[in-house]
Amino acid sequence: MKGKILVDIATTLLRARLRQTIVAAVGVTFGVAMFVTLLGFMNGLNDMLDGLITNRTAHVRLYNEIEPNPAQPVALAAEHRGAYHFINSVKPVNGRKEIYSVAKVIEAVTADPDVLGYAPKITAPVIITDGPVELTGMMYGVDVDAELQLYRFADYVVAGNPRDVKIVPNSVILGKPLAEKLFVNIGDVVSIATAQGEQFPLKVVGLYQSGLADLDRTLCYASLATVQKLLGQNASYITDLNIKLHDINKAPGKAAWYASLFRVTAEDIQTANAQFETGSSVRSLISYAVGITLLIVAGFGIYNILNMMIYEKMDAIAILKATGFSGSDVKSIFLLISITIGIAGCVGGLVAGLLLSWGIDNLPFETAALPTITTFPVSYNPAYYAIAMAFSIVTTYAAGWLPARKASRVDPVVIIRGK
Amino acid sequence: MSIPVLQANNISKQFHDPVTIDVLKGVSFTINRGEFVSLVGRSGCGKSTLLYVLSTMDTDYSGDVVIDGRSMRGLSEVQLAAVRNKKIGFVFQFHYLLNDFSVLKNVMLPGLKLGEYSDREVRERAMYKLDILGMADKAAKRASQLSGGEKQRVAIARALINDPLIIMGDEPTGNLDKRNADAVFEIFSGLMRDFQQTLLIVTHDQDFARRSGRIIEMGEGQVVV
Ligand SMILES: Nc1ncnc2c1ncn2[C@@H]1O[C@H](COP(=O)(O)OP(=O)(O)OP(=O)(O)O)[C@@H](O)[C@H]1O
Ligand SMILES: [Mg+2]
Repeated sequence: MKGKILVDIATTLLRARLRQTIVAAVGVTFGVAMFVTLLGFMNGLNDMLDGLITNRTAHVRLYNEIEPNPAQPVALAAEHRGAYHFINSVKPVNGRKEIYSVAKVIEAVTADPDVLGYAPKITAPVIITDGPVELTGMMYGVDVDAELQLYRFADYVVAGNPRDVKIVPNSVILGKPLAEKLFVNIGDVVSIATAQGEQFPLKVVGLYQSGLADLDRTLCYASLATVQKLLGQNASYITDLNIKLHDINKAPGKAAWYASLFRVTAEDIQTANAQFETGSSVRSLISYAVGITLLIVAGFGIYNILNMMIYEKMDAIAILKATGFSGSDVKSIFLLISITIGIAGCVGGLVAGLLLSWGIDNLPFETAALPTITTFPVSYNPAYYAIAMAFSIVTTYAAGWLPARKASRVDPVVIIRGK
Repeated sequence: MSIPVLQANNISKQFHDPVTIDVLKGVSFTINRGEFVSLVGRSGCGKSTLLYVLSTMDTDYSGDVVIDGRSMRGLSEVQLAAVRNKKIGFVFQFHYLLNDFSVLKNVMLPGLKLGEYSDREVRERAMYKLDILGMADKAAKRASQLSGGEKQRVAIARALINDPLIIMGDEPTGNLDKRNADAVFEIFSGLMRDFQQTLLIVTHDQDFARRSGRIIEMGEGQVVV
């Protein structure tokens, strides 16, 4: 009953100043729309860029780092114990690149419940020749099925069927810019030489584009068996195990665990790609800052308009008080006005933001670097909408609070006498 | 048998701006139920000031105001607002209607605030009060569209909506021509006659004062007669 009359008065005052009310609400609409669009866009971009990395990067990579023995002979000599050892030009002996006793490692990985899957890989530097052109490249021997399943291999094969590399003997998938440099296409044969000097003809069955141009210029994929044959190694020759976990956050712990368990080097994704994390969080931070600034500016708009309204409605406030409305009633009326502007603006802003996001989502965005992306990436995470809503209502409440308090303190005697 | 409605007990008030002046110096009187009282006195003697104190809008005074047997000293702001709402009807010199609302809504607002009647009842009561003042046909108009005399009648209807114990007016006819002023006077005396309405009206109109039931004359912050 009491609330209803206050709502009634608030709406009448709002309607009497419809134009200003709309201007104030549009301010909030703008702020909210920008907030959700900006965050959606920024985070869509973040997710896409993160995806570039996380889709293809192992959560934990096991490999055999070639490094000098940390225990050098001089350290073993009793007479030099306690002395400081200067050793120049330490060299590692034996360039064994493969993982030691890979079968045991695979056994442990398969049994680990935290592991989603793993993809074995062989890395080998090669020289690719086609006629007079000679290019250095990187040959990856992969288990195509595992790559397809865990690392979205198919997303990046822009021509040809990725499975052919397994089915067709002595076949290879080349990076697209590499194939262009070599003037070869699917069906052509390129000659590949290993560091040991062996030369093999391989048939091109696909073209690959990762989005990282430097990588694509040097990269060839072949099956594990093909590369093992190329290097003259047996079936247990594996240089990398790329493990994908159920929970990416467990990667550092897992890496440490595997490193302690086997004679392998283990690198987790967080260590390998620390800079991407930073980039993402800075971009989010900037978009939050801009969005919140816009909402605060909208808050000042409401503050101004309410102040003006209160100034104009001094007489009305004095009458209300003289006829029995208390200070808190008057305060409620003006807070209601402010919240109404806030909610109306917010709802409009959420709709406008959604439409704007949708518009951006449909803008064509084609770049050679990102073969799978055709439009701008936009995130529709409901959390941004919830944050915008909560924040805009808090802002309008805060913006209305001071003027409302001022209105509640109007002394009717001063106003009536002043007439 | 006279029932006291409003008692002023030794009310004093000072203004400190820019120098301290005693505006009210121990004003005391009692107004009984059904009395039509005119408060007169030369300009600047403190009539308006007294009226604001009696109407509970001004709380910065010494002495005591007793309305309907209850002291106004020490009541909270919300309690005083409730007293104004239920027991006092106020009519100002400059009509003071809410221009954004219709005539009917203006009259209804204090009734809705009181909350003792349903919306429909308040509406019916407001129409009845407007009818008493001959303004029923203007109920749907916006307050800003009325003439000065019409506004003042609506303001009186608003003052009546909660059947107040007392109606207070600060020069309610001061801004009206002779004919409208007479009409307002007739309304007031009609209310007194027909409904035993108690009235306390500040006026400079000698004729108005003479025709009311009782005159309280003030001079320099004190009651003279
Ligand atoms: N806020 C204030 N500060 C200082 N002095 C004031 C204030 N309000 C009123 N006064 C002074 O108090 C005195 C009484 O004023 P008040 O308005 O009550 O007179 P009044 O009897 O109603 O006069 P009028 O008949 O002209 O309306 C005047 O001298 C006035 O100047
Ligand atoms: Mg006066």
